[in-house]
Amino acid sequence: MTMPPPHHAAEESLLSVEDLSLWYGASRALDRITIGIPEHRITAFIGPSGCGKSTLLRCLNRLNDLVDGVRIEGRILFRGSDVREPTLDVNELRTRIGMVFQKSNPFPKSIFENVAYGPRIHGIRQRAALEEIVERSLRGAALWDEVKDRLDASALGLSGGQQQRLCIARAIAVEPEVILLDEPCSALDPIATARIEELMQELKRRYTLVIVTHNMQQAARVSEYTAFLYLGRLIEFGETPRLFVEPREKQTEDYITGRFG
Amino acid sequence: MRVGSSSRDAIGHVMTWLCGGTLALDLLLITGLAAVLAVNGASHFWPRPLVELRLAGGAKLLGAVVEREAIPDDPNGGYRIRVHVGNRDLGGQDFRWIDEREIASRGEPADAVALERLEWGAFYGRMVALRRAETVLAQGQDAARAAFEPLHEAKRAELAAIEELERGEIARSSAEIERLRLAARRLELSESSGAERAASEADLAGRSAAANAAYERAAARLSALRESFLAETVELEAADGTRKEIPVGHVVRVVRPNELGMAGRFALAFSRAAEFVSGVPRESNTEGGIFPAIFGTVLMVFLMAIVVAPFGVLAAIYLREYAKEGLLVRGVRIAVNNLAGVPSIVFGVFGLGFFVYGVGGSIDRLLFAEALPAPTFGTGGILWASLTLALLTVPVVIVASEEGLAAVPNAMREGSLALGATRLETLVRVVVPAAAPGILTGVILAMARAAGEVAPLMIVGMVKLAPALPVDGAFPFVHLERKFMHLGFHVYDVGFQSPNVEAVKPLVFATALLLVLVVVATNLAAILLRNRLRSRLGPRSIG
Ligand SMILES: Nc1ncnc2c1ncn2[C@@H]1O[C@H](COP(=O)(O)OP(=O)(O)OP(=O)(O)O)[C@@H](O)[C@H]1O
Ligand SMILES: [Mg+2]
Repeated sequence: MTMPPPHHAAEESLLSVEDLSLWYGASRALDRITIGIPEHRITAFIGPSGCGKSTLLRCLNRLNDLVDGVRIEGRILFRGSDVREPTLDVNELRTRIGMVFQKSNPFPKSIFENVAYGPRIHGIRQRAALEEIVERSLRGAALWDEVKDRLDASALGLSGGQQQRLCIARAIAVEPEVILLDEPCSALDPIATARIEELMQELKRRYTLVIVTHNMQQAARVSEYTAFLYLGRLIEFGETPRLFVEPREKQTEDYITGRFG
Repeated sequence: MRVGSSSRDAIGHVMTWLCGGTLALDLLLITGLAAVLAVNGASHFWPRPLVELRLAGGAKLLGAVVEREAIPDDPNGGYRIRVHVGNRDLGGQDFRWIDEREIASRGEPADAVALERLEWGAFYGRMVALRRAETVLAQGQDAARAAFEPLHEAKRAELAAIEELERGEIARSSAEIERLRLAARRLELSESSGAERAASEADLAGRSAAANAAYERAAARLSALRESFLAETVELEAADGTRKEIPVGHVVRVVRPNELGMAGRFALAFSRAAEFVSGVPRESNTEGGIFPAIFGTVLMVFLMAIVVAPFGVLAAIYLREYAKEGLLVRGVRIAVNNLAGVPSIVFGVFGLGFFVYGVGGSIDRLLFAEALPAPTFGTGGILWASLTLALLTVPVVIVASEEGLAAVPNAMREGSLALGATRLETLVRVVVPAAAPGILTGVILAMARAAGEVAPLMIVGMVKLAPALPVDGAFPFVHLERKFMHLGFHVYDVGFQSPNVEAVKPLVFATALLLVLVVVATNLAAILLRNRLRSRLGPRSIG
């Protein structure tokens, strides 16, 4: 078996991060990270709290642009073109790279309007087309059967797990190519978590998924590739079974066996 | 451990009681104020029985007892009553104090009538006869009473016709005359010359002659109407035997309070209250209704809200969503907050200098030059008053809107941006709707503040008696340059500037009550709107 280059998957990358460093003001949150994320796979980011997982994820759809005092160096290539190019349309980028947040954040609107929000933004006006998209997205997020009778009810009346699936439905309604999930199950019970994990297996046929998680079992269960970050640096990246069974780095081994800190 | 914790609990209990007690006191004060206004105001409409008093000296008087009190410094502990005797045109005094010991007999005669009149206030007495010039239409109490009703109704209809003529044809033709005068003046000011000018001059002269003729015709009709309106008189006899003839047309209402049952009293009180709310003031505001003041207040507050809402909200959006936190933004915030503490009269002075003389004067020079030196916009008016109040209340809206925006979690903004929405789309579709209840709260507070504000308005367009409403049937229908009446100023004017302070006291309460009701109604409407927004946003919404 030939060894893959240390920080790249064996397959071709859809998103490749090259030598990325990020500072919040004077403090460095990411330190020369290089990583390649393959298409139609689930890639998990693990690592202790504060190591920069969310920061790295938010670089991919340039959500960090909004934070005051951020400085970024390095390159992020999405299908070969640099996402940090000044001429690039950041709204289009975010349409193609969707995101689901750690804490579910439905809009204070109806369930229907939440899902229809993205398509509306992108110019779809006809009611019939919107209804079709909403149903497809809610089915895709395994929420349709639970809410089909109350699409006009407020999204804030849903349970936490339902809200998180609604956020997933909202993200897939704009048909992105990549979905970034930042600890999507951290506030959910085991059953809701299992449903979302199932869902991710469904979704990976059509989308490329990147998931941040604190739950090692979850990373092991759902992902094909895993990256371990520590103090802003990428310690190890590789196929999930290999990384969990025979980690190459001592720090990785300590972390996944719970002998950390 | 136990002792310590229970003594700490005790402190907690004291605190709870303290807070609860303070709240109870607040509520008591507020309901007390409302009750004082309501009771005193209602007494303005409630018909009091007419008492006929025969005094020890033989004198007789008829009137309504308004209060009874112990005579101050009287060693025998006597009481006295204050009687509203009306008949200002006869006696000159509305009220008399009567020592109860001087009263020989006291009765409530059923045939006593109380006349509400267009002039001179109430008349208390008995009906004697009904006349048209020298002809006697009815003689004696019962006959006069029977004949009075239909006649009175006819006179009311004639009054309506007179008002209609005044407001319609007369007003239109005098407006036309004024318009032609201004057109002539404009022509005078213009540079044109020669044949064209002569032609327009001739045209104007012809039209103005026609307008004058129309006016004359209408005026002649009006004076004929007026004459017939005053043709019939009703003769009344006061308690002391003096007789007085009063034109039937001047009678607003005849009441025989001693005949009225409970239902009749309520009906009368309601009809008086309705007249109060919908009528125009008479007798330098001490009688009649206060509709123009209600209308002026409400219109002014709404104009203000229309101006202040977008300005305040946009400023708040800029401060919260776009401006980078820094020295400048902090300075602006401090300035805005301090603006809320500036005495309101200072805003009035600013409004006078900036809006009225500055902006209004410029508008006059540019657009209404022919009317000068009579100002059009260069004098106080409802528009300038609204703008002045908008300036006064804009800090309230800014602060509340900023808080509303700040309460929208960042996660919501990021959720929208992550779907590819631009910042503007995020703002318009997610952030502002989510902050709408908070923003609306700010506008409600601003409106409440504006409705109660009087001082600055005194110098930017509020008047004691406005000749016309700011909205009427004459083009362009909304006359923002017009002066207007205001409930707050009405309270002050009636209460402190009228010649007969005692007589108008209930009126002051009733007006104040109405001002409170207007404020409450405006707030209630806005709060209902906000709650509907909130319930549409769902259980956990912000603001
Ligand atoms: N907006 C910000 N401004 C300043 N520093 C920040 C900001 N966001 C994150 N940081 C810092 O950057 C570092 C990485 O944060 P990040 O949120 O990426 O961690 P994480 O790995 O997602 O942690 P967790 O597992 O707790 O979510 C932390 O030290 C954090 O304090
Ligand atoms: Mg995180």
